[in-house]
Amino acid sequence: MDAHATAASSYAKVLGALLALTVITVLAAGFSFGSWNVIIALGIASIKASLVALFFMHLRHDKPMSAVIFVTGAAVLGVFLMICTLDSNARGDDPVRPATRDSGALAISVPSSPSTPGTPAPGQSRLPGTPTKPR
Amino acid sequence: MTDNYLSSPRGFKSWLTTVDHKRIGVMYLASILFAFLLGGIFAILIRIELLKPGHNIMSADTYNRVFTLHGAIMIFLFIIPSIPAALGNFVLPLMLGAKDVAFPRLNLASYYIYVAGALLAISAMVAGGVDTGWTFYTPYSTTTNGSVGLMTFAAFVLGFSSIFTGINFIATVHKLRAPGMGWFRMPLFVWGMYATAIIQVLATPVLGITLLLIIMERVFSVGIFNPQLGGDPILFQHFFWFYSHPAVYIMILPGMAIISEVIPCFSRKTIFGYKAIAYSSIAIAGVSFLVWGHHMFVSGQSSLANVIFSFLTFLVAIPSGVKVFNWIATMYKGSISLEAPMLYAISFLLLFAIGGLTGLFLGALATDVHLHDTYFVVAHFHFVMMGGTVMAFLAGLHFWWPKMFGRMYSEKWARVSAALIFIGFNVTFLSQFVLGSRGMPRRYYNYLDQFQPLHVFSTVGSWVLALGFLIMAGYLWASLRKPMDAPANPWGAVGLEWQTSSPPPEHNFETVPTVTGPPYDYSPVEPEPAEVHA
Amino acid sequence: MSAAATSQGEFLQHHFTTPEQQADAGKIGMWLFLVTEILLFGGLFVGFAIMQSLHPRAFLEAHHHLDRMLGFINTVVLLTSSYTMVMAVHSARTDRRKRVIVYLLLTLICAGIFLGIKCVEYSHKFHEGLLPGRFYSHKGDTVPGQFMFFSFYFMMTGLHGIHILGGMAIIAWVLRRAARGDFSHSYYTPVDLVGLYWHLVDLIWIYLFPLLYLIQ
Repeated sequence: MDAHATAASSYAKVLGALLALTVITVLAAGFSFGSWNVIIALGIASIKASLVALFFMHLRHDKPMSAVIFVTGAAVLGVFLMICTLDSNARGDDPVRPATRDSGALAISVPSSPSTPGTPAPGQSRLPGTPTKPR
Repeated sequence: MTDNYLSSPRGFKSWLTTVDHKRIGVMYLASILFAFLLGGIFAILIRIELLKPGHNIMSADTYNRVFTLHGAIMIFLFIIPSIPAALGNFVLPLMLGAKDVAFPRLNLASYYIYVAGALLAISAMVAGGVDTGWTFYTPYSTTTNGSVGLMTFAAFVLGFSSIFTGINFIATVHKLRAPGMGWFRMPLFVWGMYATAIIQVLATPVLGITLLLIIMERVFSVGIFNPQLGGDPILFQHFFWFYSHPAVYIMILPGMAIISEVIPCFSRKTIFGYKAIAYSSIAIAGVSFLVWGHHMFVSGQSSLANVIFSFLTFLVAIPSGVKVFNWIATMYKGSISLEAPMLYAISFLLLFAIGGLTGLFLGALATDVHLHDTYFVVAHFHFVMMGGTVMAFLAGLHFWWPKMFGRMYSEKWARVSAALIFIGFNVTFLSQFVLGSRGMPRRYYNYLDQFQPLHVFSTVGSWVLALGFLIMAGYLWASLRKPMDAPANPWGAVGLEWQTSSPPPEHNFETVPTVTGPPYDYSPVEPEPAEVHA
Repeated sequence: MSAAATSQGEFLQHHFTTPEQQADAGKIGMWLFLVTEILLFGGLFVGFAIMQSLHPRAFLEAHHHLDRMLGFINTVVLLTSSYTMVMAVHSARTDRRKRVIVYLLLTLICAGIFLGIKCVEYSHKFHEGLLPGRFYSHKGDTVPGQFMFFSFYFMMTGLHGIHILGGMAIIAWVLRRAARGDFSHSYYTPVDLVGLYWHLVDLIWIYLFPLLYLIQ
């Protein structure tokens, strides 16, 4: 049947697009666009996701309820992400916050009794000890 | 006697393998009532311990475990499944004129998952207990001894039960309405359950991942919530409350749904503002996802987030207010009769109003600084959860009892019980508002002498409350030993569930009903004229 | 799972009046379930995003240990499996029983390859001590705190891998039913719904791959 043959070939085209976009995103990651890198990567991922959702998952042709459900779920996740990030960033200015949180370097110390001097040597990665009761 | 869903098919095995929504509802009902008993016993023990400062009947460590288990049992094993899974499962398909829910086997799976989760929770209790509070805040929950992993895993399993119920109800409402029943001819109970189901589906998975992360922290020290490792303990609270705030609307929306059924029936009047109530249910479900930070005002959340959440918290109260006004307007110039379901519904109106209002006090940043983590909060949530949801649950239980079991309970004893419960509840919890505003912290084992009189008063109230419930257990049990002689429609109520026998046959309706008019059409039923004395 | 035979269709359940109603209900149910999966994984994505913003250099350093080529190959494999899955659904809808079986088998093979490559990656991590949380034992780090990245790497790919395994199991179940001849243009819902699940697993990887392997 013609309609079905068209459907089958459109799936192949979508796969082609998905593979091409994958190559593009890997190549793009090789260049440095600063803070745009994340946006490009996530943007391409979202295009790929939309192709899968619209064509492989048939959202384009199904009754609208399926799309409403999907979009609602994504929107709720978006709200969660947005507000947690907003709060996390806004808290960074709080002077009460401990200064151990700086860009890139984690303050790590082996959980030890107060008598153990010093912190691990620089470059030594942390092996967190058993985080349980005090000795 | 004709066959009904209880009597046929026969045999224990037929119950274990049933996919009949009515039988599943009954099994859920028995289970959640047992959970309520267990949680209630812990509550009584808490109140006895608090009769005097310091050690009374248990050590401080044990006290921490007891209030944690009281909270965890009541929330996860009782209140969240209570109305949806016990009453909703039974009534919703009948109200829609359907033969069952959309996915009957998923329904049975949901019940068995509930049982598995309950057994895991009980194992956690027996294996050493949990003393973190039901909120599992990090870093304490990720570092303390005790069966935290087992308890969080139990809650994880229980979450699936809730999700499956939600999925089932949404699909059922969309696809299984009787011919002629458009969305705006559905009973408001269905709207409420639909809104609840939306929250169950969207919020519960976030609890799932939160619980898994607690386990990952305990086993692997992954670091996400541990400040020593560069993690963020406040992030835990974001994760936790993102579910747990909408969860409280999972608890209250079904209660409101029941009130919308009971009040028109016992006022012999159509509901006031049907569409407003329907839309407000959806609005509550939506806005409930935007206010979770009001549990975190003093935890170290940013001031920006604080202000946003406080504002949104004030917004979420509006649809609830709309409902309360519409219910009162329904009663206005109605022909009120005060049978047990109505007594509980009226109790709900008063107690939920108090609970909701005190929530606003807590939602205001300045007052919350003083009231957070005090008994004021404890009183607030008991007013909405018990004065609200439990009262509504009892209203629904008494309303649909004859439909479910084919017997009427003793109305006299029901009124005695309702009075004791109302009085006992208020004595127990009004005093806690005072305690909290005067500075008594929550979850405290020990306290200053000046708080003792109110604590004693509150404890005595808990005994009156317990007595009310014991009497209820008595007359409900007694009713089951009577012959099945309840009529199909003992209350003269309007709704498809009343157009089939009490109890219904296995397949619900002899012929599929067709809906031709609006719901709550109480006008053909004339109230009886009052007697005129010369 | 047997369904009662009725005059309207062998697999129409008693509480539905038409097969279309049953299929629609199933689709709604599956989409709702998929949304729960989106929110479950979503929590991990939110945690990752926030931890990365708090410790950008550590995350950047750590991700260099991941093999981009293997990640790329896995992405290609999973996208291909999505294609074979939707072709299986298409074949079921067009009454081509043998093709359904072939496409489902190809999907399973792709899934197996994906997991195989993941095993290779995981064993490399174990050898290097690049393990989550307290088990991290990699030596010679110049930027501390990389254990946090691997906490998320293992949690996210691990949970994803569990879902792949589960997906393989239900695909195998549908394969068995297809071999039995259960599906046709009038009833292919199980293939359709399992397909939706499988596409979701692919969707999650579509986001996992750039976040874990390609971040700058």
